Amino acid sequence: MNAFLEALINGVGQGAVYALIAVSFVIIYRATSVLNFAQPALMIIGTFITSVFVIDRGFPFWLAVVLSMVIVAAFSMGIERVALRPMVGRDTYSAAIVTVGLFIALLVLAFRLYAANPRSVGDPWGLNVICLGGTPVEGFVGGCEGGLTIYQNSVARTVIALIVIAALGIWLAKSKLGLAMRATSLDQETAMAQGIPVGRMFSIAWGISGALVALAGVLLASSGGVVQASDALFALVALPAIIIGGLDSLKGAVLGGLIVGIAMALTKAFQPIALPWLGNGFSNVVPYLIMLIILLIRPYGLFGTKEVQRV
Amino acid sequence: MNLNKTQTRSDRLTGRSTHLNFESSKGKVARNVSRGRGKLYTSYATNQAFLNTAPKKWWTLGFVVLTALAPFLVPLDFTYLLTLALIYAIGGIGLNLLSGYAGQISLGHAFFLGLGAYTAAVFGGKPGTVTWGFELDLAIVLPLAAIIPGIIGYLVAPLATRVRGLYLAVLTLGLLIFGEHMFKIMVPVTGGEGMGRGVAQRTLFGVDLNATYAIGPVIIKPEISFYLITFLIFAVLGVAARNIARSRVGRSFAAVRDRDLAAEVMGVNLMRTKTFAFAISSAYAGVAGALLSMLIGRISPEQWNLFMSVDFLAVVVIGGIATISGTILGAAFVVLLPRFLELLTEYIPFISVSSGGLINVFQLQTIVFGILIVIFITLEPRGLYGIWIRIRNYFTAWPFSY
Repeated sequence: MNAFLEALINGVGQGAVYALIAVSFVIIYRATSVLNFAQPALMIIGTFITSVFVIDRGFPFWLAVVLSMVIVAAFSMGIERVALRPMVGRDTYSAAIVTVGLFIALLVLAFRLYAANPRSVGDPWGLNVICLGGTPVEGFVGGCEGGLTIYQNSVARTVIALIVIAALGIWLAKSKLGLAMRATSLDQETAMAQGIPVGRMFSIAWGISGALVALAGVLLASSGGVVQASDALFALVALPAIIIGGLDSLKGAVLGGLIVGIAMALTKAFQPIALPWLGNGFSNVVPYLIMLIILLIRPYGLFGTKEVQRV
Repeated sequence: MNLNKTQTRSDRLTGRSTHLNFESSKGKVARNVSRGRGKLYTSYATNQAFLNTAPKKWWTLGFVVLTALAPFLVPLDFTYLLTLALIYAIGGIGLNLLSGYAGQISLGHAFFLGLGAYTAAVFGGKPGTVTWGFELDLAIVLPLAAIIPGIIGYLVAPLATRVRGLYLAVLTLGLLIFGEHMFKIMVPVTGGEGMGRGVAQRTLFGVDLNATYAIGPVIIKPEISFYLITFLIFAVLGVAARNIARSRVGRSFAAVRDRDLAAEVMGVNLMRTKTFAFAISSAYAGVAGALLSMLIGRISPEQWNLFMSVDFLAVVVIGGIATISGTILGAAFVVLLPRFLELLTEYIPFISVSSGGLINVFQLQTIVFGILIVIFITLEPRGLYGIWIRIRNYFTAWPFSY
């Protein structure tokens, strides 16, 4: 039971990070109808920037996180302006393929930046644990004797990610700019006719998304371990998450992220014991299997808007 | 007489000119009539013909002769690259049929290449300590390498036809990742993670292609014979693809791509069209994978990954969406670009061949691919073929600019 609960809590922590990445995808998709495959590369670059500030320059962790969010947001806005703005009005496939091109170019950049050295982001949690109903083991980080072991990073990830997503949701719902963004995502031409600067909305959406994905990268790295450039591919897991939730739904992205995180953590914990013949790393395939099943039942995900076509 | 006159007038109205379409000219306008007017067709058959213009005939002939003779003219390592280019062209044509003609975006192409490679390796390879191998002849192995991925493509297509657009892109990505995992755990087929396995043996109709043969004064080394076989398969598959594209099936592909609902209203069976597109594309990928595995000599389950899919996406996008000849150009470009960049390393100091330095050739190559995909889609969506069309139109219309 404890093993199950530990896996579940760990999964929620992971899932919150995936939800954050998924939300960053959805923000861009809703504003510009672009599925940005370059997000994983932006994420790992954001993590790298944080790591440089904290480890190499000795900045405080939170300052470094904010700085890297700002830098990645600016970078993301630049990408939108240069590569995606010419694609306005073109079909969504072409725009998606543009971002695939950006993805591999940026990923190589990330590999070059990391230069095969795994880095840590210097987060304050590390492998510290909270022991419920047990006693911490003396002189050994990350263990409890009996009871339930909860990693602090799981809690921190969940809390931070959910607070940020909630703040974003409230901002979109309440503020004037949020209203303008929602109007843009509903119908670009009509929004323009109402005097909304649609181009600036695109920039803002990409900026927000860049900041979120940089934060997600830091949270993903803050598990007491180290990250390297190839960890960018973990962010691809957010793709099945947004498909599960529905491409254009924030609520769906959060739910999809949590489902994926929990499913992966549970598989990782129990599949090697229960179903060893499925092989190592089967947990990486699980999100896609869930996505497949959801798509078979609901072709537009759980909360996605069904596309209505006029003939 | 009077009747005949009305007939001619109505021809003018409808644009049908039956009086030019007499038996001996077979719908073609006589040379002295058409001179200086570019393409002038008087029947659909000539318009849709396989080689519908005279220059196209000459270009094709020139291309075929040149590619057939190429291995005898260039060094052996360059023959390797040319073989690779032909293989990429086969795989690229497959992806173009699916993504370019039928409009079904796919990131899972590398999975089908892997399927083809392992089909060939299992049926044509030697058995290893853990791996299977039946040591069959290539005459059996290569068709199997098309059929088995084709069947798998046919089986997964119903899943893919249920979803559209970006959902499909992610679904095919899922297929790729699932496939990579399957390759890793199916040890008897693939040798397992980090191990890999040997590939199909080069024996075609009982002739051992690993030996050097001399036909008269022409010496055919193993590399050259493999190149020639690849070229033959490429030619057959290329012609087949072009025929698919200009046939009823190809038109139904285009109809589905442009507006699937409208296509369905016009009586195109969506399900069947999409399924066929997947199956045929997977079959092409399978053949390409089989040939690729035989070219590189040893295959591991990790190499059929997203990056290989992106390579083929680059072939299609850079070459030109929905053109066969463009895909060939794109494949040549994608395969020869690294060689070109390698030459540049001698002149540009910050590019290195090894892993040190500011950036090495492989990294630069990947970055260049990525950026070229972006540039081509934003600036020249029709790819290299589009550039060629512009050049051609400039000269066709010369001295008028439009």
